[in-house]
Amino acid sequence: MSRIEAEVGKPKGGLMKWIDDRFPFTSTMKYHATEYYASKNFNIWYVFGVLSMVVLVMQLFTGIFLTMNYKPSAAEAFASVEYIMRDVEWGWLIRYLHSTGASFFFIVVYLHMFRAMLYGSYKKPRELVWIIGMLIFLVLMAEAFAGYLLPWGQMSYWGAQVIISLFGAIPVVGDGIVEFIRGDYSISDITLNRFFALHVIALPLALVGLVFVHIVALHEVGSNNPDGIDIKKLKDEKGVPLDGVAFHPYHTSKDLVAIIVFLMIFSAVVFFAPEMGGYFLEHANFEPANLRATPEHIAPVWYFTPFYAILRAVPDKLWGFILFGTSVILPLFLPWLDRSRVRSIRYRGWLYKMALTLFTISFLALGWLGVQPAEGVYVVAARIFAVVYFAFFLLMPYYTSIDKTKPVPERVVYHD
Amino acid sequence: MTDDEMDQIDRNRRHFLTIATAVTGLAGVGLVAVPFLSSLKPSARAQALGAPVEVPLGSLAPGEMVRVLWRGKLVFVLRREEEMLKLLPDNDDQLKDPHSEKTEQQPAYAANEVRAVRPEYLVVEGSCTHLGCAPIEDFAVRPADGWNGGFFCPCHGSKFDLAGRVFKGVPAPTNLRVPPYRFVRDDLLLIGQDTGAA
Repeated sequence: MSRIEAEVGKPKGGLMKWIDDRFPFTSTMKYHATEYYASKNFNIWYVFGVLSMVVLVMQLFTGIFLTMNYKPSAAEAFASVEYIMRDVEWGWLIRYLHSTGASFFFIVVYLHMFRAMLYGSYKKPRELVWIIGMLIFLVLMAEAFAGYLLPWGQMSYWGAQVIISLFGAIPVVGDGIVEFIRGDYSISDITLNRFFALHVIALPLALVGLVFVHIVALHEVGSNNPDGIDIKKLKDEKGVPLDGVAFHPYHTSKDLVAIIVFLMIFSAVVFFAPEMGGYFLEHANFEPANLRATPEHIAPVWYFTPFYAILRAVPDKLWGFILFGTSVILPLFLPWLDRSRVRSIRYRGWLYKMALTLFTISFLALGWLGVQPAEGVYVVAARIFAVVYFAFFLLMPYYTSIDKTKPVPERVVYHD
Repeated sequence: MTDDEMDQIDRNRRHFLTIATAVTGLAGVGLVAVPFLSSLKPSARAQALGAPVEVPLGSLAPGEMVRVLWRGKLVFVLRREEEMLKLLPDNDDQLKDPHSEKTEQQPAYAANEVRAVRPEYLVVEGSCTHLGCAPIEDFAVRPADGWNGGFFCPCHGSKFDLAGRVFKGVPAPTNLRVPPYRFVRDDLLLIGQDTGAA
């Protein structure tokens, strides 16, 4: 026995042993990091999960500092944001980090979700990972929506008016629900105060909790890979998957590179284009809320526009609400809509490749149409793309089951 | 516990106690939920602030409109000209509900051709019945477009005529809502309170 082997085999002593006798520290680290094996052929699509966590932490951190100067009252909210921007030392930076962080949160989460669609990560046995992820997405939407009311600008007020009014489309109980959400007969100080509570306490707690179970569920079934194969099938004599490498230090060091590149891009936006030409911070929101006049041109922030375009494409209030809600919820059912025998797009036939391409084009087009005026050719285009969006999901059981798939290899494949 | 002792357990009683405890616990959770959910309803102060508002009409010229807030809601008060009133019936066949048959959209005393207590004064909530944006006034008559003047919602393009009646083919499902109101004097309007009749 060499000296090193003797060291490893030696029973632990000292502080670590004291802790491990009382708390499963070493075993947890092994289970989730140093002996958690993920595929060795991860590509760039596999960094967006970690980046979402980075943004979450950043939002929590900057958010705490913003609450120290922000005032959640209709009379003071707008001025307190201006105060943060002008009078608080570095306040502008903290606020821009938070507002830009919101948009980047959705960028990385959308890319993270798209990765799952590329490589079939939602398919058995990862259905629950996907469902928890979709719940995170829904809570994130609520969190972003509540946060957008807080500056109490024109777009905050009228955007909230439109979205809360959506619930009024529900027959019989609709008006009651709307009043219950607002806590008043119109959007008021009371509404602002409760949205603040949701934005800084309730929803972030839910987010952190859901992210935790998302990862616990993932580590139970193991990460997917770009080939969509089960790396646990082939293991070496020590039980380590032949195609797997330990999450720490191998994937973590790769992720660190991704985090640095991400922060470079993120900082460039924060310092040089925090408003992003009115897409990250809308121009109308630089005016305080005016209860007597709606802005001429009203649109939600970019990350809601694909769904908003679907809402506007429907010339009926109730059906608009139903289709809007359905378009948000539909991806939840992907694990059961997708009947393909293979996971990864690498081994799927042309039908799914075409469907995913059309879906991606529609989603982006709807996003663009959502910020255009709701008239003429824009509405017609939104209707066409909305049909493609729904067809992607609703026809999926059909086209994935007849699609010609290619044989899946035993081991992961590298592409130079 | 030995197998013998296990056999002596009355499983029916155990099952009953489990269910009874769970149901009692759930009932407790339900009762505790009441105060928390109730706290989210409009508070006593919010209800009190919903007091009626007075609108002096003396300075309102024909064709002019004022925007007032009642319960935080925008209310339009428009003094209609003779010409405006005359053109109203022309819109009827383009409207979803020309005769104000949806009773929840106005008090009974405003369910008439001009949707008002006094034809001269239109009093409607300035909140589009689609998703609550404030419609913009567009009073110019444009016979070429078949437009006799009315309101246009900037958010999703709903259109209403000068009696707040919604046009067909737009997302808003119903006419603009008429709040309860009455005339205290000839030149003083009270929004938020009525006597139950015109």
